[in-house]
Amino acid sequence: MPGKTVPEEAAPGKTVPEEAVPGKTVPGKTVPEETTVPEETQAAAPGDLQEHFEATIARGARIEPRDWMPDAYRATLVRQIAQHAHSEIIGMQPEGNWITRAPSLRRKAILLAKVQDEAGHGLYLYSACETLGASREELTSLLLAGRQKYSSIFNYPALSYADVGTIGWLVDGAAICNQVPLCRTSYGPYGRAMIRICKEESFHQRQGYELLMTMMRGTGEQRAMVQESVNRFWWPSLMMFGPPDADSPNSARSMAWGIKRNGNDELRQRFVDMTVPQAEALGVTLPDPGLRWNAERESYDFGEPDWSEFTAVLRGEGPCNAQRLAHRRRAHADGAWVREAALAFAGKTALATAGADHD
Amino acid sequence: MTEWPLYEVFVRGKRGLNHVHVGSLHASDDQMAIRNARDVYTRRNEGVSIWVVRSDAITASSPDEKDPLFAPSGDKVYRHPTFYEIPDNVPHM
Amino acid sequence: MSYEAPASDHGDHDSPYEGLFGGDSDHWAFGTDFDDPLAGIEAAIPDGADPRALAQYCLMLGDDALVLSHRLSQWCGRAPELELDIALANIALDLLGQARLLLARAASADPSVVPPLPGSSDGLPSPVPAEDALAFFRDDRAYRNAWLAEAPNGDFGQTVARILLFATARLALLERLRASRDAVLAAVAAKGVRELAYHRDFAARWFVTLAQGTEESRGRVTAGLAEVWRHHDELFRAHPVERELAGAGVAVDPADVAGEADAALATVLAASDLPWPRVPQAGQLGGRSGRDGAHTEALSPLLAEMQSVARAHPRGRW
Repeated sequence: MPGKTVPEEAAPGKTVPEEAVPGKTVPGKTVPEETTVPEETQAAAPGDLQEHFEATIARGARIEPRDWMPDAYRATLVRQIAQHAHSEIIGMQPEGNWITRAPSLRRKAILLAKVQDEAGHGLYLYSACETLGASREELTSLLLAGRQKYSSIFNYPALSYADVGTIGWLVDGAAICNQVPLCRTSYGPYGRAMIRICKEESFHQRQGYELLMTMMRGTGEQRAMVQESVNRFWWPSLMMFGPPDADSPNSARSMAWGIKRNGNDELRQRFVDMTVPQAEALGVTLPDPGLRWNAERESYDFGEPDWSEFTAVLRGEGPCNAQRLAHRRRAHADGAWVREAALAFAGKTALATAGADHD
Repeated sequence: MTEWPLYEVFVRGKRGLNHVHVGSLHASDDQMAIRNARDVYTRRNEGVSIWVVRSDAITASSPDEKDPLFAPSGDKVYRHPTFYEIPDNVPHM
Repeated sequence: MSYEAPASDHGDHDSPYEGLFGGDSDHWAFGTDFDDPLAGIEAAIPDGADPRALAQYCLMLGDDALVLSHRLSQWCGRAPELELDIALANIALDLLGQARLLLARAASADPSVVPPLPGSSDGLPSPVPAEDALAFFRDDRAYRNAWLAEAPNGDFGQTVARILLFATARLALLERLRASRDAVLAAVAAKGVRELAYHRDFAARWFVTLAQGTEESRGRVTAGLAEVWRHHDELFRAHPVERELAGAGVAVDPADVAGEADAALATVLAASDLPWPRVPQAGQLGGRSGRDGAHTEALSPLLAEMQSVARAHPRGRW
């Protein structure tokens, strides 16, 4: 990048003109590779590019935005990162619903800061996706049109203040299990976003667990509230790891590419193993009669989630699917005039500056 | 097209260090980008100086703005995981 | 079944932020080096100040911050863009932090302002801290906030206009309050000034942006300004408690900062190419307003929602 003071590593994606990224598939158009292939790859045949890509993955190095990558790798990443980003944004709603009713000023501050972090996490992830050529605006349209998914867990309601704690403990705990390995995902910008997110998520899980612990030391009513909440969230939390590996057709390829680093079942087991002793310390019962220590495997055996419920929620038949999307659509539509005004103002200021330069 | 342009954000964490790329955000102009960067990327006392750059232009916050830009997050202890007392016998937290 | 962060087997790739803090990555997500805004502050009531008046004054400043923080938190998840969602939450969090310090100061100056808790007849001390008893178990008539803080949000334009008016007045006030003879108020003011300077900057920039943006945004922000401006004069009208404590060098008479605040507002209006608003001011209730515990219809539903969980569990621990 002659003439640039910023190293390529530091300025991914959008600072580079779109057409400079060879083979990039933007919805509706494919940038022809022959136009502006970067110098170092100009002479390389597609076969060599593919080999170079695979060798990079094989030695555990990262793929960066301007590297050549197979279309399917790019598409898989866009789908996964977008879904992850949408989950953060939709995930603001169940807890956000309780900010105005938080029962102490300390809890109010904690919850507001936490939901704010989720907006931040969505923002980091949309940014990672933008390095692949998919803009936040495009991805938002796909979400609002129901053409991209978000995590099913957020289609369940938050019905008591204990749910704020349970979401932190179980839902964020499951998310951390999924996300920590993603810090080493093969795509650089995604991994870097995940590092930042995981550091912040540890605050989320701890505040949730601490809230539940405090409530368990409170009144009998509060303890019942905690148990009832755990009963509702346990199984949906297990479903957050996705269907069993045998029924997850894309998993193998994602693992070969280093996008995913662990199978769904392995992560689910890891989550159960970490959570059981935490539940004991808390004094709540996990609602699974099949849950027991297996000395041979040195792991807990546990029951099978109701996968028909999982697929129903995925189809849009969860308790809150319609409500969550309607909320997002309304906020997006209500804010359109503000976004337009800021652009119009920036345009006028730029014109005035340009005019002044000519004087 | 109503999307604000994308900016890259660079933060200097301590005096004596380079600015490091921390992520991206959208803003309608340079000034909004600096302020958005403060709100999005320095909520935990992370930076002492921010650069934002759109394409080939770089804009830096001046050292004089340090106080109003960064002081407000100084007391947000609840953002830090160690603020929460979890007994030692609870594993994996 | 131990579960640890992945080993850093790929060197630099795993820690792009390492360089930010010279290897001290704790600084940004796990740090403990915050400033306690009241560390080492003398908590005694200054000579010549009536503790009951001081408590009322702290409630006025604290309730303004608490109630507006609550309104701004209602934007969470609804702002026009993600960056704005985060910015509004930051302002709400700053104000909430100020409110907590001020309510705690009110309770320590005059414990009788803290409402007795229902259900505490079993002899056990209440598990509810004073700041929470004041926030969640005090009725609307005991709230001392100005009407500007409790008014509904309206659209983003109206919210920006409200933050502009509120932050401009409060910044001018707190700048002088830094010299208060009450060491706690002075410390709270010193911290608040840095925050409010940022809030005012945020609101002023957005106000000008909307006023000079599109025809629609200019219309909306102008209408929003007219709506909130009805509460302009109340901000600068001194309550007897404020006058008394100002005389003792503890408080600031809000009338004294009106000129300064209006000058800042005039600058923003000029940059927006808008005239000084000429709107009728909201009238008082038999000579009483927010500082006296007389409120608009907006406050009691706000409090009913805010206090619902705490009041359902008066012996609860959170």
